[in-house]
Amino acid sequence: MSTPTNLHLYILAAPLVTAFVLNLLGRISRAWVMPLTLGPLAFSTIGSIMLLGQVLSEGGFSYTVGNWKPPFGIELLVDPLSALMLVLISGVALTATVSALPWVEREHPGSEHLFFTLYLILIAGLMGLVLTADAFNLYVLLEITSITSYGLIAMGKGRAPLASFNYIIMGSIGACFYLLGVGYLYILTGSLNMADIAAIVKTLPQSAALATAFAFAMVGLWVKMALFPLHGWLPNAYSLAPTGAGLLFAPLMTKVTIYLMIRVILNLFTPEYVFFSHPLVQSGVVWAAAIGIVCASSLALAQRDLRRMLTYILIAEVGYMVGGFWLANAQGMTGAILHIFNDAVMTLCLFLAAAAIASRTGSLSFENLRGLYKTMPVTMAAFTLGAFSIIGVPPTCGFFSKWYLLQGAVQAEQWGFLAALLFSSLVNAIMLFRIFELAYFSDDHGDHHAGDHSHHAPAVQEAPLPMLAPLVLTAAALLVIGLGTGPLVQVIRQVLPQFF
Amino acid sequence: MTYTPSLIPLAAVLISMLGTIPIMLSDRRPNLRESWTLLIAVGKFLLVASMLPSVLAGGGFTFTLFEVIPGVPIALKVDPLGMFFALVASFLWICTSAYSIGYMRTLQEHAQTRYFASFALAISATIGVAFSANLLTMYLFYEVLSLSTYPLVTHEQNAEARRSGRKYLTYILGTSIGFALPAIIITYSIAGTLDFTAGGILAGKASPALLGLILCLFVAGFAKSGIMPFHGWLPAAMVAPTPVSSFLHGVAVVKVGVFSIVRVILDIFGPDLLRSLDYGVILSYFVCITILVASLVALTQDNLKRRLAYSTVGQLSYIVLGVALLTPSGMTGGVLHIAMHAFGKITLFLCAGAIYVASHKKYISQMDGLGRQMPITFGAFFLGALSIIGLPPLGGFISKWNLVIGAVEADQLPILIILLCSSLLNAAYFLPIIYRAFFAQPAAGVEPTIKEAPIFCLVPLCVTAIGSVVLFFYPDVFLRLVKLAILN
Repeated sequence: MSTPTNLHLYILAAPLVTAFVLNLLGRISRAWVMPLTLGPLAFSTIGSIMLLGQVLSEGGFSYTVGNWKPPFGIELLVDPLSALMLVLISGVALTATVSALPWVEREHPGSEHLFFTLYLILIAGLMGLVLTADAFNLYVLLEITSITSYGLIAMGKGRAPLASFNYIIMGSIGACFYLLGVGYLYILTGSLNMADIAAIVKTLPQSAALATAFAFAMVGLWVKMALFPLHGWLPNAYSLAPTGAGLLFAPLMTKVTIYLMIRVILNLFTPEYVFFSHPLVQSGVVWAAAIGIVCASSLALAQRDLRRMLTYILIAEVGYMVGGFWLANAQGMTGAILHIFNDAVMTLCLFLAAAAIASRTGSLSFENLRGLYKTMPVTMAAFTLGAFSIIGVPPTCGFFSKWYLLQGAVQAEQWGFLAALLFSSLVNAIMLFRIFELAYFSDDHGDHHAGDHSHHAPAVQEAPLPMLAPLVLTAAALLVIGLGTGPLVQVIRQVLPQFF
Repeated sequence: MTYTPSLIPLAAVLISMLGTIPIMLSDRRPNLRESWTLLIAVGKFLLVASMLPSVLAGGGFTFTLFEVIPGVPIALKVDPLGMFFALVASFLWICTSAYSIGYMRTLQEHAQTRYFASFALAISATIGVAFSANLLTMYLFYEVLSLSTYPLVTHEQNAEARRSGRKYLTYILGTSIGFALPAIIITYSIAGTLDFTAGGILAGKASPALLGLILCLFVAGFAKSGIMPFHGWLPAAMVAPTPVSSFLHGVAVVKVGVFSIVRVILDIFGPDLLRSLDYGVILSYFVCITILVASLVALTQDNLKRRLAYSTVGQLSYIVLGVALLTPSGMTGGVLHIAMHAFGKITLFLCAGAIYVASHKKYISQMDGLGRQMPITFGAFFLGALSIIGLPPLGGFISKWNLVIGAVEADQLPILIILLCSSLLNAAYFLPIIYRAFFAQPAAGVEPTIKEAPIFCLVPLCVTAIGSVVLFFYPDVFLRLVKLAILN
């Protein structure tokens, strides 16, 4: 344990404080919007990379806000995993924002500052979630992120307010469940601090109350992360949300919630309790995740719109991580945590590509994707790389997390989960190659040809640079992360429980 | 055997992968672009060949790129078996590159830059498979090859190409993800390593039933080898331009499939383990089905390229059969057949392409009398066909001779009979083509203006045809490599 510094607080505070400044200054001049969104996020990104370096060299630490000692005060935990998550969140948010800025300008002229106020608070909330070591604060921060995202989704066009309302209902149920779980725990242990609760839980006898607490907390989080079949709110909410908001939601929201599930299992209820006191529950969850993967992948196959298809892929990926972690062995857990990072980056890549395509074609329904390899070669190259990662083609990062997940499934002899993972890879391949095919065979509609001249290469019409640059960067990151899997796994291994 | 760390294997793999960049940049200057292609092809061959002397002397090279998964790095290793395959592939790539230029320009094909760039990527992946040091690396390059050849198969961009491309990917990607990947992961779980080790890594690690399952998964997973029932993609892929069919579907892609299976048999299972379980014999009988059925189907094909494709399906199984016999001569014959069949089949495909370039004829029934107008092409075709049938003085004889001895050594008389029957069938589907070309009367109304294909097409196919003859008289280098690979 190293001595605490305040760096993580600055990382957290930067977007939070600027959100309010932006709200005020943005009313005076729209010119403030760009520096006041990119500035704090860039600051947080650099800060979290420094923090990660510090944690890796000197070890993690716990921080007590206001110097109130736990279990009474608010505790923040900075360990290798949460530091890594901070890098992920700030990095992804920064990249997404570069592309989101022109979108917000286009879709919400005049209210950019309002949009980005919510947006920055949401990012601050996500950062708080990965740092907190207090079960009740976790609830509060979860609601902060949820409420801001309800607002952001409702800013979308058409049926977006309805989708947001649907999300509010489901999200509130999820949050209530989690809170009920914490309530039970509080009755049982008299504490809200995670480490404190974990220490007391170990001494408690098995009881229905504890099991109820756990069940409530878990189901609550599952709703929030859209684990199949609790996913109903997600496809509409994410595909109807403003494009700029979708870029942030898709890579981060489900992944951070999965991180929370992992924290709750590792640091609150302890893995001994979760996995080994109810073995049937453990394998039951893995099976449920496997079924979820199969169903979500099949639903994705039925979509005729690129963004909606991606949202169903997102739901299938949630199953990967939940099932992988519940395999309850080192390989599966490593795979699940690794997949949090990989999935965030590859989802970002695909959503950025979708946004770039939409900037030229307007709609993302499949008919509009024809001939894109000719008109948007760079965008499609990046999309292809992202798609390969989703399918799990080496050496993109998606392959390596899948490798660990498969290995975990073999080790745990969970053949159903193994089959589901392979099935999903194949379905992803079918789905994405269908898109490649559409984008590759431009001159398909013989009847639409005005003449022979349309047969020749149409002019290249790439997306604007602010959308293209983050996309290319993210696509390159897929390869870099893939080849850097070794070091990443070593960091992840540090936080895994040692008893495996 | 000692392996020295060296950058040469990496350079040999990467040269054509990086070569795609200048190829794509010279999009608007075809002459420059094709110079790059030829330069890279020659460079690649020289890099591979430069490692030959020390491999023959019992040495080898390694290079480790990244330690991606603890204990399983992405690493390259040049051993006799890999050297053997890389030598064949990189030499034939020079021929195909030169041929591609003649073919694509004469037919004024579209998207030539994409074509040459994908081709360069594909040969990189092929050499990568040859030089892989472990299963993970091999899987990586295997998939790169699958994906980089997709634009080549669908080159025509019409409905048929699209259907074939779909079929191609479904078979290749479906089996590799569905069967090979789990097989690799199960192997890693029980053996704790994926390195190719002489004698195998699985001995004593699992029950016979599990080992059998893994073997099945591997054989099914590497569907590029065209073993029935996973052969359907190969005839479909014939929709690609002929240089693609000749190189990728005569040499690179299909041989990568077979090579992967040979690797698994020799260096993952190990001959001793398979022999003790009797799985080798079962596998060899299993592929006999493919050998016979494919030859019979080939008889019925009128489209020349499709006939060649079914012939390939059958011949590929010879390689697996030989190695699965697990006797010294059988393995020698099987591995040698990688080279012998490559030279023979590429000649046949290049001839088919030359015929198409010169006369736009695809069907055997249209080729009556064509041999008199294109004597060089059909002469080369004759040599290639003889090599595939396995007659002296052509390379194919040596590998088939070894296979026959291997069957005798293994005491498997039925396999001996099947081999002989299959050779007769090979003759039955090749010789009529040559008879028609030289002796049949051309149908009325045939334009007598057909001449030989352009020189860029003609020279490569003569080189490979002569290569088949040379291999009969001077097979020493290949034989020594094979002996080294098997004796390990």
